[in-house]
Amino acid sequence: MSKFKKKGGNELPAISTASLPDIVFMLLFFFMVATVMRDNSLKIKNNLPSAKEVEKLDKKNLVMFIYAGAPSDAYKNAGTEARIQLNDKFADVKDIAAFIAAERASKREEEIPLLTTALKVDKETNMGLVSDIEQELRKVNALKINYTTKKGSSLK
Amino acid sequence: MAKRSAPEVNAGSMADIAFLLLIFFLVTTTIEVDSGINSKLPPETPPDQDVVIKQKNLFTVEISKDNQLLVEEELMEMKDLKAAALAFVDNGGGIGDKACNYCRGAKDPSSSDNPEKAVISLQNSRGTDYETFITAYDQLASAYSELRNRLAQQLYNRSFDEMEATYKDTKSSEFKSEKLKEKINDIKTKYPRIISKAEPK
Repeated sequence: MSKFKKKGGNELPAISTASLPDIVFMLLFFFMVATVMRDNSLKIKNNLPSAKEVEKLDKKNLVMFIYAGAPSDAYKNAGTEARIQLNDKFADVKDIAAFIAAERASKREEEIPLLTTALKVDKETNMGLVSDIEQELRKVNALKINYTTKKGSSLK
Repeated sequence: MAKRSAPEVNAGSMADIAFLLLIFFLVTTTIEVDSGINSKLPPETPPDQDVVIKQKNLFTVEISKDNQLLVEEELMEMKDLKAAALAFVDNGGGIGDKACNYCRGAKDPSSSDNPEKAVISLQNSRGTDYETFITAYDQLASAYSELRNRLAQQLYNRSFDEMEATYKDTKSSEFKSEKLKEKINDIKTKYPRIISKAEPK
């Protein structure tokens, strides 16, 4: 009978993996909290430039985003020239006025003067397009703008 | 025989489920950039009377279509732009009621009178790269913030950035304090950030 069975002897005990789920859950919660589901899927390249003097955009719901850049590889048929993207579609400069009007209509009246336009422009875009956008914004009196940039040193 | 206890639930697959969720969030995460340089566009209708700016109070920065920098009609490297702008704004060459008592510049009579009068004009061509423009704009803005920090250090013994951060910090004792706001605005009027963007050629 094996009443006095020899125990494992020299074998190392297995490492307990009981805390593995806890570790994974911790990571999971981090990513769940850090995730911002993006509203628009980008059809353009959007490699933002870096700058040092950045300020944070605090009221997220009072920001209108205008994207610009060359169409990304999946949308080659849209050409290689830099384009503007509003919401989910490619747009022209003249569509900006309508876009701003639509954004304003969706906000409460007292919030309208606080609206900021964030320009998310790819760093290889020409300034010509950017100043066209700015002219259009001036026409509809959306004067608060923010050049969205990564934080970092701008000098190479 | 021993009393039978409820069988334990096997939690071995918990890790797998958590991993699955984790991978899902890893893949969908795009950490959005939500910071940038604030700026204000000029209104569409120009004011009735033309504001006359003396040539010596104007600092012109031009960026050509080949991304070359032309400062006061002279070619300049990007790394020297900040120092040049700083020297111009802080010059304080004015006399009488235009004098600037907090400037530490060279007091050159042919450069700006007073930081409140000094205007930086940034002109770019349509072919300029956006990145170059942002770099130049950032350099100019950083010259102003250095001056503001210096003045704040001198007057209140703390940096301007720190003052602004304290003002916005909900946990600090000076959150939205009127006194601090006054100090911040005072520094802002002493070194106003006037960077005008001319329409591209």
